[in-house]
Amino acid sequence: MGSYLRPDSLTEALAALEAGPRTVLAGGTDYYPARVGLPLDDDILDITAIGELRGIEAGNGEIRIGALVRWCELADAPLPPACDGLRRAARQIGGMQVQNAGTVCGNVCNASPAADGIPNLLVLDASVELASASGIRTVPIGAFVTGNRTTTRRADELATALVMPAPPEGARGCFGKLGARAYLVISIAMVAALIAPGRDGTVAVARIAVGACSAVAQRLAGLEQALSGATIGPELGSIPDAAHLAPLTPIDDVRGSAEYRIEAALTLIRRALAELGEAAR
Amino acid sequence: MSRRRIAFTVNGRVVTVAVAPAARLSDVLREELGLIGTKVGCEAGDCGACTVLLDGAQVCACMLPAAQVAGRAVETVEGLTADPAMRRLQESFHRHNAAQCGMCTPGMLMASADLLRRTPRPDERQVKDALGGVLCRCTGYRAIIRAVLGAAGETPADPPVAGKAVGWAMPKVDGMAKVTGTEIFAADDAPDGALWLRALRSPHPRARFAIGALDGLYARFPGLVRVLAARDVPGRNGFGIYPHIKDQPVLADGVARFRGEPVLALVGDAETIRGIRDSDVPVQWEILDPVTGIDGGLADGAPLVQDDGPGNILTRGRLYKGDPEAAMAAAAHTAEARMETGFVEHAYIEPEAGWARRVGDRLEMFVTTQSPYMDRDETAAILGIEPTCVRIIPSACGGGFGSKLDQSVQPLLGLAAWLLDRPVRCTYTRPESMMSTTKRHPARMAAKAGCDGAGRLAAFDFAGDFDTGAYASWGPTVADRVPIHATGPYRVPNVRAATRAVLTNMAPSGAFRGFGVPQCALVHEALMDALAAKCGIDPLEFRLINALRPGDAISTGYVLEASAGQAQCLEALRERWSEWREAVESFNRGRESVYRRGVGIGSVWYGCGNTALPNPSTMHVGIARDGTVMLYSGAVDIGEGANTVMVQIAADALGVPAARLRYIMGDTDLTADAGKTSGSRQTYVSGKAAQLAGEGLRAQLLRMTNAGEAASIEVGSGRVVVRDGDATHEVDLRALPENGRGDVLTGEGSFDPPTTPLDENAQGRPYGTFGFGAQIALVEVDMELGRVNVLGIAAAHDVGRAINPAQLEGQVHGGVAQGLGYALMEAYVPGRTENLHDYLIPTIGDLPPIEVILIEDPEPTGPYGAKGIGEHSLIPTAPAILGGIEHAAGIRIGELPATPGRVRAALRANGHG
Repeated sequence: MGSYLRPDSLTEALAALEAGPRTVLAGGTDYYPARVGLPLDDDILDITAIGELRGIEAGNGEIRIGALVRWCELADAPLPPACDGLRRAARQIGGMQVQNAGTVCGNVCNASPAADGIPNLLVLDASVELASASGIRTVPIGAFVTGNRTTTRRADELATALVMPAPPEGARGCFGKLGARAYLVISIAMVAALIAPGRDGTVAVARIAVGACSAVAQRLAGLEQALSGATIGPELGSIPDAAHLAPLTPIDDVRGSAEYRIEAALTLIRRALAELGEAAR
Repeated sequence: MSRRRIAFTVNGRVVTVAVAPAARLSDVLREELGLIGTKVGCEAGDCGACTVLLDGAQVCACMLPAAQVAGRAVETVEGLTADPAMRRLQESFHRHNAAQCGMCTPGMLMASADLLRRTPRPDERQVKDALGGVLCRCTGYRAIIRAVLGAAGETPADPPVAGKAVGWAMPKVDGMAKVTGTEIFAADDAPDGALWLRALRSPHPRARFAIGALDGLYARFPGLVRVLAARDVPGRNGFGIYPHIKDQPVLADGVARFRGEPVLALVGDAETIRGIRDSDVPVQWEILDPVTGIDGGLADGAPLVQDDGPGNILTRGRLYKGDPEAAMAAAAHTAEARMETGFVEHAYIEPEAGWARRVGDRLEMFVTTQSPYMDRDETAAILGIEPTCVRIIPSACGGGFGSKLDQSVQPLLGLAAWLLDRPVRCTYTRPESMMSTTKRHPARMAAKAGCDGAGRLAAFDFAGDFDTGAYASWGPTVADRVPIHATGPYRVPNVRAATRAVLTNMAPSGAFRGFGVPQCALVHEALMDALAAKCGIDPLEFRLINALRPGDAISTGYVLEASAGQAQCLEALRERWSEWREAVESFNRGRESVYRRGVGIGSVWYGCGNTALPNPSTMHVGIARDGTVMLYSGAVDIGEGANTVMVQIAADALGVPAARLRYIMGDTDLTADAGKTSGSRQTYVSGKAAQLAGEGLRAQLLRMTNAGEAASIEVGSGRVVVRDGDATHEVDLRALPENGRGDVLTGEGSFDPPTTPLDENAQGRPYGTFGFGAQIALVEVDMELGRVNVLGIAAAHDVGRAINPAQLEGQVHGGVAQGLGYALMEAYVPGRTENLHDYLIPTIGDLPPIEVILIEDPEPTGPYGAKGIGEHSLIPTAPAILGGIEHAAGIRIGELPATPGRVRAALRANGHG
């Protein structure tokens, strides 16, 4: 028999986790689908009553997305254009029912290879803030998600926020996902991109991440280097080539072959860069 | 988990429930509060049927813990009626035929309510975005979009007078129940104190198993009342569609033949049954190598799936006409085509469910079904009792498409309720539904066709193997139906066609909208495109040259007498075809776009009813003393509108307004056998029986009053007034004796379509009538990603006579949607796509506008000239889309579904690097 705790303070929540492991529940959009036809007998920590975990804050050189911020809140939030990709993902994840319930932070903690949030957060250089009774630590997303549904969160820790530095001056973000239908898409491949211009009209910062093409979404450092210093315009789309995708390790499955995933990811990257190049010109 | 008191507002009323805090809100609403208008389709947020508003925003109630609604406001479909704007929305859904089976309707309405309260005048894009999280398998979504866009507007026209119901786009007789959340589906009702049943299923495709001692299980779960196994079946532990093939066990007996096959039935209280994990039950499995795929089944030395299935071939079908070898050799042009298709899941939004109880020496069962009489007979045989000792009461059916023509919960519920003498209920989870019920047959087909220099077809040679899974189900039907239909709706003097149904360790392949014809249509339409190209003839014109017309002999040698409107359908599409082909040429010309467009065409013919077998329906219309006019219809409405169509036909036949009729559907104690809702037969066969029943009752009344044919009939309380010119006669209903159903007058009608047995070459008259049709598809191919978008469909179908144009349009839209899914995205893989997020069906954003043209070439044997549509509407869609892809991108897809990856691979192979 499981027990169900729904504290209204972080202190209480952390004390509960210190006492023993619990399944953390927020929007429920990953919890319930994993238990179809199974008993709901976990020890649950429901964090949705904890006011401290709500809201998006921008200031002091960072953007902070509280653990309870749902996708629908993000879609309408006044965030800089660097977050446009993340906001586009917010409108494409599940249906509106999922967007109205599911949290961005939960998407990261669930750590699905096809999580729409993770590539976007990777290009925003976001970190996960983890609190426990013994303190707070901040772990970059790339180090936090370690594999298919595994993270470095300790059982006594709670992810309390996603934190990202203020994006580079003039940066724009973009997101593209590919599926076989129009809504309720679980990606075959997806791409997040962020470009910031320098004073001379060339690329000062380029960040590219690909999801659903490896156990954990990957930044493509080689491609980012190749883009750095390139003239900004739609021609940015012609820079990426297959070699840049070497870090990816996609699988063959019912959604698509490994070979196709790589090819599709390259096309999505080219399109994202062309779009960003066009927009920044 | 211990219960906790939780207070919240539902539809403006404060309620307090004592529930487990993690309980799904959907369960709390349905089980604690009786608000069964909120439907459960998947419990995983994939289908959106359970959509409710939480503080005004749409959410899935199946993913919301009860604890989180404390102090908040929930609104369900039951609450909409109180808001005048939402009442108009519900009426708009009703008026626009936006609810077919009605299972997704509450979710669609709640998502629409969320939208319309924020945006009272939305555009189509906003409607799609708002409703994108709710799946519908019946409507093709277009009527739903129209209903939301039209929610503020227009008032309905007055219903027609007596005798004018046929031809009227009558809103569904059961439509208001579907839009107000009061319709009772199979999981929405159960006797008080009903126990729950859950099947323990084989996790392996092929395994031997032994059941250990169960004492420990009973001791650990005191709420477990009984564990049932094969040895508990008192009658025959086998069922099946065919009288001579009862090969599928109720509970497997030592050997499991597919993943998902039931092995034990656990019966007890709800909490106990939900709490027992499969791993708690002592079953020892010996895993055996499964037989997988057609090649696996046919391989030398393959293990036998069934001991008496030699070579794993369940059955063969063949057809031979003329001299196909000689004609092929002499043909001016020949073409060949190959095609492979996979398992397809019906994916109705309502999982299988029902309840059963023993009433003395009889058994009563309330169940979602397409075939109440077969349920009755199979359940009786399993229990070892007379068929008349079983009463089946069909629930509203939340979608069937063929799979609910088979047994699912029925044998298990019957067994448990009979043995325990307590009411027992069961609702399948979505994965259970997907892994254990029938699928569309995977097919591997190859064919060759030849024509003369003028494009006239001379010879056709077809061979197809079908993966029929572990048990027969409807496999023989597919094997017999495909050879007849293999040529498509074309005049071919010389035909050879052969099929095999191959047993494998997969879920049984059964009936799915078209019985193999959607598969073989992919091949005959590919051949028509190829031959048209070789002859240098436009693809539509090539089909027109060869279209079957009255006076032509079909593949079985039968000469069509009438109602063969294939040419009219093609001609009706000609204008749109030319317009789209020209538009596509200019779109593709002169630019290096990554998007290319094309237009393709598919044709269909499909015989209505059983293949060369008796297929009768009987209907009754009665009048009670109080003036109630009751239609006793054994034809189960699975969302397509049979209830409405039968009422329209019977009303006109009797000569009273349709609104005067009430109806009882499918109750085997009260209605006669009207066969199964399958084979596009209900309007044609049962509709004819309804017409004869109405006419029979009318004739009685005219005889009793000595009135002439032109007399009018008015049924009132206690009397019927018959007016014949100036003369008025009365029939005093109170003076007449009541029959067992409480009626004092009854008309009976029976109809069995004229067919003959087929000889060893499948020559004869297989069906009473055929429906014909054609569709064209405008598609766009993303040449870099391989993603295909369908931008438009135009469909022309010869329906004989349009009894109800709105229901017919709904059938076409829904068939197109399933055909589009078949073409582009649907792939059932056991163990991998047993849910509605990995198994993809089209969403509201995937369906383009669909233009429907109804051709009325009357069928002399049908009711008022009508024939069927249900399956015809799906068959040409995928061929048209594949033709469109070829026209756009120069590639012929040889394996379905045409996923982005497959399309891209074909493009790459064709030089698009």
